Amino acid sequence: MLLIDCPYCGERAETEFSYGGEAGISRPKHPDALSDAEWADYLFMRKNSRGVHQELWNHAAGCRRWFEAERDTVSYQILATRELPRRGSGARRER
Amino acid sequence: MQAFRLDDGGRIDRSKPLTFRYNGRKFVGFAGDTLASALLANGVSIVGRSFKLRRPRGIVGCGPEEPNAIMQVGTGASTEPNVRATQVELYDGLVARSTKGWPGVRFDVGAVNNLFSRLFAAGFYYKTFMRPRALWNWYEKFIRLSAGFGRAPKESDPETYEHVNAHCDVLVAGAGPAGIMAALAAGKAGTRVIVADEQNEFGGRLLAAPATSGECEWLQRAVAELESLPNVSMLPRSTVFGYYDHNFVTVLERCNDHLALDDRKGPRQRVWRIRARKVVLAQGAFERPLVFCNNDRPGVMQASAVSTYIHRFAVCPGRRAVVFTNNDSAYRTAQDLASAGAEVTLVDSRVSPPPDRRERLENAGITVIPGHVVVNVDGVRRVRRVRIGRWNGDLTAPVKPAISVDCDLLAMSGGWSPAVHLHSQAGGRNTWDDDRLCFVPAEPGQANRSAGSCNGQWSLRRCLEEGRDAGMAAAEDCGRQPVNIDIPDLDDGDSHAIEALWRVPAATDADRCPKQFVDFQNDTAVSDIRLAVREGYRNVEHVKRYTALGFGTDQGKLGNINGMAILAECLDQTIPATGTTTFRPAYTPVTFGALAGSNVGPLFDPVRTTALHEWHQAKGAPFEVVGQWHRPWYFPKAGEDLHAAVNRECLAVRSSVGVMDASTLGKIDVRGPDAVEFLERIYTHNIGKMEIGRCAYGVMLGEDGMLMDDGVMARLGEQRFYLTTTTGGAANVLSWLELWLQTEWPELEVYLTSLTDHFSTIAVAGPNSRRVLEKIGCSIALDKASFPFMHMREAELAGMPVQLFRVSFSGELAFEINIDSELALAMWQTVMDAGEEYGITPYGTETMHVLRAEKGFVIIGQDTDGSVTPVDAGMNWLLSKDKDFLGKRSLSRPDCLRDDRKQLVGLTSVDGASVIPEGAQLVNDPSAPKPVPMCGHVSSSYYSACLNKPIALALIEGGRARKGETLYAVVRDGSTIEAEIVSPVFYDPKGERQHV
Repeated sequence: MLLIDCPYCGERAETEFSYGGEAGISRPKHPDALSDAEWADYLFMRKNSRGVHQELWNHAAGCRRWFEAERDTVSYQILATRELPRRGSGARRER
Repeated sequence: MQAFRLDDGGRIDRSKPLTFRYNGRKFVGFAGDTLASALLANGVSIVGRSFKLRRPRGIVGCGPEEPNAIMQVGTGASTEPNVRATQVELYDGLVARSTKGWPGVRFDVGAVNNLFSRLFAAGFYYKTFMRPRALWNWYEKFIRLSAGFGRAPKESDPETYEHVNAHCDVLVAGAGPAGIMAALAAGKAGTRVIVADEQNEFGGRLLAAPATSGECEWLQRAVAELESLPNVSMLPRSTVFGYYDHNFVTVLERCNDHLALDDRKGPRQRVWRIRARKVVLAQGAFERPLVFCNNDRPGVMQASAVSTYIHRFAVCPGRRAVVFTNNDSAYRTAQDLASAGAEVTLVDSRVSPPPDRRERLENAGITVIPGHVVVNVDGVRRVRRVRIGRWNGDLTAPVKPAISVDCDLLAMSGGWSPAVHLHSQAGGRNTWDDDRLCFVPAEPGQANRSAGSCNGQWSLRRCLEEGRDAGMAAAEDCGRQPVNIDIPDLDDGDSHAIEALWRVPAATDADRCPKQFVDFQNDTAVSDIRLAVREGYRNVEHVKRYTALGFGTDQGKLGNINGMAILAECLDQTIPATGTTTFRPAYTPVTFGALAGSNVGPLFDPVRTTALHEWHQAKGAPFEVVGQWHRPWYFPKAGEDLHAAVNRECLAVRSSVGVMDASTLGKIDVRGPDAVEFLERIYTHNIGKMEIGRCAYGVMLGEDGMLMDDGVMARLGEQRFYLTTTTGGAANVLSWLELWLQTEWPELEVYLTSLTDHFSTIAVAGPNSRRVLEKIGCSIALDKASFPFMHMREAELAGMPVQLFRVSFSGELAFEINIDSELALAMWQTVMDAGEEYGITPYGTETMHVLRAEKGFVIIGQDTDGSVTPVDAGMNWLLSKDKDFLGKRSLSRPDCLRDDRKQLVGLTSVDGASVIPEGAQLVNDPSAPKPVPMCGHVSSSYYSACLNKPIALALIEGGRARKGETLYAVVRDGSTIEAEIVSPVFYDPKGERQHV
């Protein structure tokens, strides 16, 4: 069972978290302008990296906040965890 | 009469005799015995029958590696199957049975299998019973009867179990010499230490040292010192059975299993879930058997186990013993046997054993035969004689027996295998050591160290040193100043030279000789491994599965390394090239009870009840579990069954007024300057145009365009909304909304609050619902003009503050009263009192389902299944063309535009009477050639009392274009029900009744 360092709460057991899949997949600004293939790429295709993987976790049984983690999918080491931009901060991420 | 018990010595208490029953017979042992040592003391030589061949078997070992003494312990509901007698502490009144053999272990009719043993080779079942395929079901019954060991009780387990979460700086697995030193070193440095050992006493191999020895004295002092350290937790009877990611380690503590039944209190077993910063592995090593003909006969034992029985339990398992070894360690066993009064012969495969050791034995009157091997064993129910031949190291040449020695005990030692199980579970690899002839741990996979004999160290001094060093290093890693502790002067003087001897060639052909067993429990012999290789198996994992090598309760602790070495020989490759099979948790078997802990019965899953639950209970309502909620299903009057009650409740709502507890609906408060923008992106309809006080039905989609959840939403203010969700989807929807707010749209300032438990919801539905509310006394006008359909108002009802919603899930004039849960019961009672003159009728979830189905309202998750778009469900009117929303783009993917997608329609039975089972598949032509093409399925189906006919909702390929056609629902018994495709709205299609 992983020990995950929630950037808001500290180290907690994996059972308190839920997994959110690959991080950094931005929703296209204008879905209508995309071809079916481009939309399918956003919708379905994931890197499934062997090695370092950027992913989302939610501290579901804790502070209920989402954050990003950098995890090695081979060794399961969690190399880093990061806060996401604050709510209403206007910090819309580049995409 | 304990004929094999020694007069003195041992860690048993002769003043505490314990009576126990084994296979119905009464025996006596002593406190401190295991079931195995007590059986040996009483001269019980046959304790089981082997798995396939039903050969009689005796006790081989003294720990978790024991393959034969597999017992059913206890009686009735708390009986436990497949316990190793070597790990059962004796208690007064213990009842045990051997688990194999019918009618009994001493005479087993299945032993006829042994006569045909050549038929029962590896792959026997696959080759014999798989053709013809159709007969497998018939064979299987008989195979199941004869297979397996103990029987699981049919009753539920009356025992209790618990889980404990713990954290520590240093976890030490195993409390032999290395583990004790590690715990002392880490403990004295001030770290928080947990040290666990599977035995009842700490000490490991030192427990098998003579009671007066320096080893025992040191052990006593060291354990006392550990006990004096407040930062050290000691867990005896506790097996570290799993090593998981990030140093998460699980330990099974047997709290009660050693106590007489009357003395048991509290949980039977406890699973410790420990997160350790550092782990020291000191689990010890297993002695390997030697592989020769008939090496499975009762009376053939591990040499180290014989020493343990002599010194720890004061039981000498034989009077005339042969010791067979390829290494130095069994010389000690020969001495132990001689000192216990046995007549001893030692056979050493090595031509030149260490002269000093040989001399020591010969001085003690022991015959030493170097350069020889045991080829075969005489005796079926007990070893009677061994056949010994000269050994020249040539595996290809038969070894002819030249010497016979009569004996009743054969102690064998094929060398030692470190218990690398936990190291391997932690992700560490192992390397083969050519000098020590064993796999030893290589780089650890996590923050762990191996010390002592599990690291391939055999001498006591080295074990003590490695333990200390590992404890000091772990303490230092935890930021403590390491404290050096003295190594006691306990050099056992043992050398540990070994010469490879993985199997002894038989006197005859290797495949036709008497069986040379590698895995006793599964009857895997050398010939099976040879056969697997001949049939093309190369990979050790495949050979394991084909021959069942290492599949037993001991998981190969005894036989696997021998098996891999023999496989390597057959493949003409090295042992490291052959490798080991994978080590997985659990290290030793763990009961299901312990794994479940207290999460059973009412604690299996949280139960959520509404504020009105007790009222429902008092009315005798059965409950339906929805998510974790217990919702009243229906409210039966005397003599009513489900259907009678539901018919009455439905008619009451349609004709007068009914009331339902709708509190379990998910409720989310949404507020913030960007609330409108946020909801525009989530919901498919236009939010911005909603006036304050207006309600709307809304659905949300996944990005794949499929329906995810639905509910009524209301606009409470410029920047404030109130959403409802399905009962089961409430938590998911809140997480879904937070996901988008937090990860994708941080620029939006919106705050979400769950109000599900805070507010209770009372739905008052039916043509008389307005009259009931007016009678109660409402602070606002309730007439159609003042408070139209699909609006909400804040008001006071009977003086209590409420939110009133004019929404309807039944199609009738209806009001939903949202009220603080603390006031819910008072309001419910007020409504019931006021409605009495109208015959107000409480109704449950079943009536709610019928009423909504009559109106064609879907239940997400029942009429949809994650593959239904709003277009499929006939909700095109909800899809805004003016904006983007989650999932919109997917609706124009080619697959979502197909005409033959399953679409929501209604069904009526052509015979006007049959209620089609929910889930039934629909076919156009039931007499079509099999497999009959299916064109849809029934998602909801009820008898409608109001319409006096069965109705159903179904998802049918291209269904909307097929209205008026008939098709067939296939019932489980093979019959069919003819049904006509109709509109899903069966009642009041224009929706006039809710607008009054």
